[in-house]
Order: sequence, then structure tokens, then C-alpha cells
Amino acid sequence: MAHYLLRRTTILVVSLLVAMVVIFLLLRALPGDPANALLSVNATPEQIAAARAQVGADLPLHEQFVSWFLGMITLDLGTSFISTLPVGPEIASRLAVTIPLTFLAFGLAFGLSLLIGFVAAYKADRWYGAALSAFSQLFIAIPAFWVGILLISFFSLRLRVLPAGGFPREGWSDPGAALTHLALPVLTVALVMAGSLSRYVRSATLDVMGSDYLRNARAMGSTMGMAMLQHGLRNGAVPVISILGIELATAFLGAVVIEAVFALPGLGSMLLKAIAQHDYPNIQGILFVSTLLVLIVGFIADVTQRLVDPRLRGRTQSS
Amino acid sequence: MKRPVVALLASALATAVVLSGSLSLTAAAQDSSDATIQIGSLYEPQNLDNTAGGGQGVTEAFDGNVYEGLYHLTDSGEVEPLLAESYTVSDDGLTYTFTLRPGVTFHSGKALTSEDVKFSIERVFAPESQSARKSSFGAIASIEAPDAETVVVTLAEPSISFIYNLAYVWIVNKDATDLTTAEDGTGPYVLDGWTRGSALSLKRWDDYWGTPAANAEVVFNYFTDATALSNALLTNAVDIITNVQSPDALAEFESNPDYVVNNGASTTKEILVFNDRVAPFDKVDVRKAIYSAIDRAKLLNAIWGDKGTLIGSMVPPTDPWYIDLVAENPYDPELSKQLLADAGYPDGFEFTLDTPTYDPHPVVAEFIKSELAKIGVTVNINPITADEWYTKVFQQLDYEATLQEHVNDRDVVWYGNPDFYWGYDNPQVTAWVAEAEQAKTVEEQTAKLKLVNEQIAKDAASAWLYLYPQLVVASADVSGYPINGLNSMFPAYTIVKQ
Repeated sequence: MAHYLLRRTTILVVSLLVAMVVIFLLLRALPGDPANALLSVNATPEQIAAARAQVGADLPLHEQFVSWFLGMITLDLGTSFISTLPVGPEIASRLAVTIPLTFLAFGLAFGLSLLIGFVAAYKADRWYGAALSAFSQLFIAIPAFWVGILLISFFSLRLRVLPAGGFPREGWSDPGAALTHLALPVLTVALVMAGSLSRYVRSATLDVMGSDYLRNARAMGSTMGMAMLQHGLRNGAVPVISILGIELATAFLGAVVIEAVFALPGLGSMLLKAIAQHDYPNIQGILFVSTLLVLIVGFIADVTQRLVDPRLRGRTQSS
Repeated sequence: MKRPVVALLASALATAVVLSGSLSLTAAAQDSSDATIQIGSLYEPQNLDNTAGGGQGVTEAFDGNVYEGLYHLTDSGEVEPLLAESYTVSDDGLTYTFTLRPGVTFHSGKALTSEDVKFSIERVFAPESQSARKSSFGAIASIEAPDAETVVVTLAEPSISFIYNLAYVWIVNKDATDLTTAEDGTGPYVLDGWTRGSALSLKRWDDYWGTPAANAEVVFNYFTDATALSNALLTNAVDIITNVQSPDALAEFESNPDYVVNNGASTTKEILVFNDRVAPFDKVDVRKAIYSAIDRAKLLNAIWGDKGTLIGSMVPPTDPWYIDLVAENPYDPELSKQLLADAGYPDGFEFTLDTPTYDPHPVVAEFIKSELAKIGVTVNINPITADEWYTKVFQQLDYEATLQEHVNDRDVVWYGNPDFYWGYDNPQVTAWVAEAEQAKTVEEQTAKLKLVNEQIAKDAASAWLYLYPQLVVASADVSGYPINGLNSMFPAYTIVKQ
């Protein structure tokens, strides 16, 4: 196991390094000029040239890469071209919104999907099982921003019990206010995530229910509940863990639309703005952080799978 | 198994109700001069320096609030002295001597001197300056600070707009080390904090030289989505929306007695810009034909309903040289067909319209396409991003026609520059613009620019479609806010909340 962990960590680091090079090169291969965001319609040719110099777009490529890379090693993510603010602290303050949003939504979605998926599978022959299955399909079909708009319309505008958006300036120093502002966004993301997650839980449960080992366990005297818990859970968990890892990773940056609808100062909206302005340091910093987080989530998912399923441990490759 | 989840949701809701209830109680207990005004805006500053690409957002948040100029533009467009107490100008109109107001200090505590003024003006036209006003100060030959209260500016040629242009120059502390992420001005507010993507807050400064601000704090809340901004006003998360961009939201506020919809004087024009250098738009008759084929009243009504104004030229009604020129190029498709035939295009022609992808341009482009199809002109709509627009259209001049909104006042003078991106080259107009700037009196300047105004309309140098409305929507218990938003400014020091 330790040997596996070491190997897996090395793969993670190498992936990260490769990602850094790809991010850097791809950005500069895109058309568009970072200097444009600084200009106005009255810009003179000298101002245009000065803007380019200010954003360092006139330095040779390898110099730009080396200085960025060295900065990253010392955890200095550079300075924004446009705002001249250091990238690291701004990403940190945006993460203070995006990480709680993602993890709370994930937690809620996880709970909901286990419930819905299990009941939909176990009681597939009853009306409420079938209804839950249809309900989860509905949430896969509905776009997240529409769910968000509906929730705002009902809870904020009509009932006036929750804010329509925004995030308190003081951040988490007032946790009550912060959580109130995150309530609807979390619910929106969770409902949509639960829609697709519950399908996977449902199919994993159906697989387990139709399996030989479960029938044998029941034949040997176990109750359905005990058999599902002792045998079904670990068997069904393996494919679901893979999906959980992917959903968490995509939810992280995919929350961009939710951030716009709810006016949250999260990482997604920072990335969107940075891309529109060609603010390379911001884009690189955010992509680096999100790549790192996705790689870590993948790492945890792989390790968890190996822990859950002993059959995976003996192999030289993770499944 | 479902019950615990439902109970959890119910208790979360209950907590939220209690919390929001207690928050609104505290708000009601405030005295109006201790009030915090929450403003909602779509324009977040890019940084805090208007000479380093801070953008429209920093003008909105800081102009008049944190930074002041020698002169100040009121909401109705008059120029009043602010940090300059008085001035004299030499007979040849080339030497201006300003006397500074005594007793003014910066937020850091340093006293305002003429050296700071010299520094502040020079940084606007310095080589590395990204100020939108840089080209306005091309006439300055030198600036001297003979003593702490006097500034002498010598111009190379007379410039009647000089005092007006000075209203846009922020007087900053020349010893300040960081002006992009911090500030040091003389205004009634200091910067309290800026959480990027969220809000920028200003706090009343007690050592201000003039009348203290009527409120204790102003918070600009930034949104990227117009609907989210409207929702914030509906739920009283903000008190004022500085510039309503989404006409659909208005209906909810107009019929609601808790809100006031203010229709102010706008200077933002929606323009179909021809590349006057390129065939067939180098022919006046072709441009006039296109202009007369578009039913602008219908377009304006479709987008803004009963709001907004029609214009026949670049000059908005608030500029002194305004003339109502809508009838110069009336909506007349028969006239269009005639003009096209006269110009040598009896069967019409085809062109590409580079359309920015943000509102309202795509809608306007589709409308133009269908209108021009009726006179045999085929329009190919090419969607481009704002960034691409800057590179392709503005810098490379690689386009036939495009759509754009221009927000400044007094910008008719750009038609005197043949190198400007629309390439209108009329030596008579260029001469008039130069003469207007060197006029000895405002009347002379106005007369000359009126000639420019009429000429560009006659030549249909561009097709000016309509003037945006300037809509400020606010809660009914707030007053004293600017409604004209001249050049994106939003002075907040007279805003009072009951």
C-alpha cells in the first residue's frame, strides 16, 4: 500500500508539472491581446504599445515561463496584469466561497443521491420508487441556472426568507450570514448534482440486488438489510466513488453559472473575467489551483477505491 | 429515512428567517447621517487607478467621492471650481494661473500643494498613461509650481475645453507609493475595503475640507448579471442601481410604489459605424441610403419601450452644440433605393457587420439585417468579442461596418480626426474642430461645433441609431443621488436614507 501511495503521488506531481507547461503554452497560443483590457476608445498608438509593455507581453516566451515557474515553486503566483493585485491572495479569498459551496453542495447531493438512488432501486416495483427515478431524471434535464432562478423567485422574492444572492463583505467572520447567502446556491448545485449521482447509485444498487453473493448471503440466513450492508455496500461503492470524484471536480469550476445567477465572488467568475481580459497570471494561477485540486480529488478517489475493494490492492495498476 | 433530511431543511429555513428578521430590525434603528448606502452596479473597477486602466468602474466609485479635481462636473454638466479656488488666463489664452484652495489635506494627512497638482496632471499625459483623457491634454507645453498654492500651465495653442478637461483629472498625492490597489485622495470618503468580485466600500472621512458626506458609508456591490442586480434591489440588498441595462427588469419597479425609476439625461449612443475608408461606405450616398433604410423608432421601441431618445448625429441633447438632426436622414426606404441607384448600386450589395456579442448589439444587428434586406442590401453578421473588437476593428481597422456604443459626452470632436477608427476624413470638419478648440469664447466654440454637427449628419459619417436612456432605479426611502450619471460618475456624498 505504501508503495502504491508513493507511486501515485509521483504521478500526481508529474501530472501537475505537465499541466503547468500545457496551460502556459495554450494560453499564449490563443488569439487576443492582454493589453486590450486596459485601453479605451481614445487610445493612441503609444498607449497601446505602453499597455503591451505593462503586461509584459513583449518578453520572450521562455523568460515568461521561467519566471512564472520559479514563482510557483515559492508559492508566488504572480501579479495580475489588469488589477496589479497579487494572484495568490485573491484566489484564496475566492476559494473561501467556492470551496464551502462545492463541498456543502457535494455533501448534500451525496446524502440525497444515496437516499433517492437506493429507494429508487430497492422499491423499483413500487410507484414511489419509479417516481423517484423519474424525478432524478428531471433534475438531470433542467439547467442548473434555471433551478437557481426558480429558487430565488420562490424563496427570495416571494417568501423573502433568504437573500437573492451576494456574499457578505466580511466573509466568514459572520458565519451565520455567510451560510444564509450560500443556502440557495448550495441547494441549486446539490439538486442538480443529486439528479445524476442518484442514477449511478440506483444502477449500482440494482447490480448488487441482482448479484449471486447477495442471494447466497440471504440463503445462509442473513436479512436483506444485513446482507446489503455487509456485502452490498462495499461492492456497490467502487463505481460510485469514481463518479463522486468526477462530479466533485466538475462542480468546482462548473459553478461559474451559479456564481453569476447568485452574484457570488467565487473562483469561476474570477476565471471567466480573467479569460475575457486575457489576464494571463490570473488564468494561470486559477488553472493551476483547480488542476491541483482535481488531481488531489482523483488521488483520494483512487486510494479510497483500493481501501474499499481488496481485490484492487494486489494489482500493479489502479483499476 | 426521509424525515431527518426534511427536518434539517426546515430548521435551516427557520434559522434563516430569524436571522433575516434580526438584520432588518437593526437597519431600521439607524439615524440617516449614520446610514450605509448600498449601491448595485455592473461595473467593477479593474484597478484603482484611472491612468492605469482602472476602467469605468473606478470612475463610478471614486470620482468626486475619493478623488477630487481642480474642477468638478455637476450632475447637470456644469463645471464648478473645487480644489482650484480661482484662475486667471493670459490674453493670448496660453497661460493659465490657478490658485489652490488652502487647508486641503490628503487622506494620509499630507497637505495639498501645487507639486501634487503638477504631478497629477502630468501623469495623465505621461507616455505610460492609460488614461482615456490623455489625448485631451496634447496642448500642454509645461506646468510649473512657483509656490505651494499656485500652478501655472502653459499651452502650446489655445484650448477652450481645457478647464472642462481638468474636471476629469484626479489630484493625487505625489508621494503615494501604490495607486492601483490603494488610494490617497482629498475627497469626502476613504477606501474602507475592496473584496474583488463582491464589493467596494467607502467610509466617510472626518477630516474632509468641505461639507462632510451625508451618510457614513457607501458600499458598491458588483454583479455580473443584470437580473441578479434587479433581484438585489427587489430584496433590498441594495438601495440603488446606478445604471439599468436590462429593460425587462423595469416593469417590476415602475408599478411598485416602494421604488422610484429616474429617467435622466444620457450621453450613450448606439451607433452603426461605417468604415468610411472602404467601398462602398466611402460614398456619402451609400451611407445615407443605409441610414434611411433603418426604422430607428421601431428599433428603439423594441429594445427600450417608451424610454430612450432618437438622435440624428453624434451629439446628445446635453451637449451645448446639440441640434435635432433626426430629420436629416429620415426613415424612407424609397429614398434609400433611389440613393443606392444614384451611387451605382441599383441591385444592392453585400457587407459584413462585425457585431460585439454583448447586449444590445446582437439584437440591433438582426434588426438591421432584416431592414436592409428590404432594399436589397445583404448583411452578414459576424459576432466578435469585445477583445476582438479592439484588435480587429479599433486597431487594425479591418472591418466594413460594426456596431458600438460610445458613452462620452462632447465626443463629436472625434470626427475631426481622420485617423480615428471610423476614418471619416473631411478637411473642412477637421478645420472647424481645431478652430472650435482655439475659440476665444464658448459661443464661438459652440457655433463651430454646430457646423461640425450639421456636416457629419449631412454626410451620414456614421448611422447614429438611438440614445440609451439613463435609468437610475432606487428604493423610495433614498434621495440625493445623481440621476444623470454623466460620464459614469456617481457622487454619493449627498445620498440620504430614511
